[in-house]
Amino acid sequence: MSKLLWQGLLAPLTEPAPLADAEATAALRALGRELGAATRRRLGRSLAIRELDAGSCNGCELEINALSNAFYDLERFGLRFVASPRHADVLLVTGPVTLNMREAMERTWRAMPAPKFVVAAGDCAVGCGLFTASPVCVGAAEKVLPVDLRIPGCPPDPTGLLRGLLSLIEANQ
Amino acid sequence: MTEGVLTALTGAAHTARWPRVAVVAATWEELGDLLAAGTVDLVSLWAEESVVHAALREGTATAILSVNATQGRFPSLGRHHPPALRLERAIQDLTGLVADGIPDGRPWLDHGRWAGGTGTSYEFLPVEGEGLHQIPVGPVHAGIIEPGHFRFTAHGETVVRLEQRLGYTHKGTAGLMRGADVSHAARLAGRVSGDATVAYAFAFALAAEQCAGIAAPARAQWLRILMAELERLANHLGDIGAICNDAAFAILLAHFGALRERVLRASSAAFGHRLMMDAIIPGGVARDIAPDGVAAIEALLATLHHQLPRLVRTYDETNSLQDRTVSTGIVRAAWARQFAAGGFIGRAAGRDFDARRCGAYGGYDELAFDVPVLEAGDVNARVWVRIRELEQSMTLIAQVLQRLRAAPWQPPIPLPAREGEGVALVESFRGDVFLWLRLSPDGRVAACHFRDPSWFQWPLLEAAIENNIVADFPLCNKSFNCAYSGHDG
Repeated sequence: MSKLLWQGLLAPLTEPAPLADAEATAALRALGRELGAATRRRLGRSLAIRELDAGSCNGCELEINALSNAFYDLERFGLRFVASPRHADVLLVTGPVTLNMREAMERTWRAMPAPKFVVAAGDCAVGCGLFTASPVCVGAAEKVLPVDLRIPGCPPDPTGLLRGLLSLIEANQ
Repeated sequence: MTEGVLTALTGAAHTARWPRVAVVAATWEELGDLLAAGTVDLVSLWAEESVVHAALREGTATAILSVNATQGRFPSLGRHHPPALRLERAIQDLTGLVADGIPDGRPWLDHGRWAGGTGTSYEFLPVEGEGLHQIPVGPVHAGIIEPGHFRFTAHGETVVRLEQRLGYTHKGTAGLMRGADVSHAARLAGRVSGDATVAYAFAFALAAEQCAGIAAPARAQWLRILMAELERLANHLGDIGAICNDAAFAILLAHFGALRERVLRASSAAFGHRLMMDAIIPGGVARDIAPDGVAAIEALLATLHHQLPRLVRTYDETNSLQDRTVSTGIVRAAWARQFAAGGFIGRAAGRDFDARRCGAYGGYDELAFDVPVLEAGDVNARVWVRIRELEQSMTLIAQVLQRLRAAPWQPPIPLPAREGEGVALVESFRGDVFLWLRLSPDGRVAACHFRDPSWFQWPLLEAAIENNIVADFPLCNKSFNCAYSGHDG
């Protein structure tokens, strides 16, 4: 047991931060200007994220979960996952939004206090992916909610997710 | 009975492992009794247009029985055998056929929101008694997990009944496969459940190759097993850590989580994708293992051999953890048998079944491995089965790396366009994935059905949580880790 504790102290696994996605930062900056200084002051370098699976295959969830492991250590950037939408600044949506999840998605977003962002993560949430022709899916997240940032990939890897989320923070500075 | 009821029902000795035989309604009724008596296991139940199919197992014998629905109706098996119930409710939702005599005909996947929907009201089962209260949870849960609804009825802290409602992630995947070419359908199969993408792609490829009458090249077969075992390692490592975290022991989550990440990185180095999506294709594998892939996997095995025993010892010797996991969420052996529950849930409750051994597909029969089975059926037993399975996967991977040396690379074999049916039963980390496929004469998918192991595991969670405290539900749930997307389809 004590060896396990020492191991963590002596050889940290955590890796340097990837660079923020510059293109996304620029686009978000434009958005940030619209939101104004008050928003930036309120959110600062800290964003609380509510993850929402709107019908994904769970591949995206696996990689979003990986953000919390020792290699990526999401919380060092001021990003953290919260349980309640009432505490959230960011709704991180995955999946091709099934008809069965649409209402839950809308209600989760409505429960979040403004200012708030919507991030579509993964090819399904970005553009409906392989499920475009499905009669039981609404489609990309933007068909239901205003999307501020898109992180493609099937699934996006943790570095890609981090780059996208860091660009949200950068844009708020 | 020694001849086997299945052989009697199917009428002849067959060379195929899964002969499909048309039966009349009276035989179907008889099947209900055999299932209820436990003579035969239900492996899956599905329908296309006006035909209903039941995949069955009796010892080592397997078969599919098909009955024609007359005027849109077929006799319910769920009336005699509860494990058939949810599958029949799904058949009713997806095909409009009616299971005659079904004791619970409420919609299952259809939440009343599809085109021509039936309305969104849903009656949960009534629970009556003094001092009971209900706790509705989901579909959006507190953590980063898939959506589903749990309706708890509790007496104080004790769970009196849990009723699940699933179907939130239904994407119509099987419907999207109809008419698709085989390679597109294989990609869809790889997205039925992301954590078991290798197992699903493996099952789809085997079934497609059976339809086409071909077999993948030897090296591809070993690479498939290599990927399947890497996937098992990644999931078992991640889940054992998460179970410990749900018992408030976060340091093991940190260490197991780091090991899981190492598996994903080795997988990415070897196959170009962390979850190895789309790496298995009908006819073989998409590409050979990367030149430095073998070294990456060998380094991974060395790390696991070094670190795993220490972590396992910590799990075993930490009283506060054992206090939570021992005797919590017990699955009785009789339930596991009745539901033919696969994976570590069945094997932790005395059900000695593993498709890798009992089906011996894809080359597993040439490899040496044990199938760990425990009797206790609690959270602790499920953790231990998975620890033992980690060790077995590591020996399997070492054996496969040896075999790879003598198996030169061959490109995937193109599938000839021809009509046929194929069946595969592949052991995912979660349990046996059943997949049935029919190709039309032009080689496109005529119909596909897949049954996630969760179909027969979710109902056992309802039973196992009874009389446990509400606060232990996350722990029990994580120790099951049933699929939502895999179940919803």
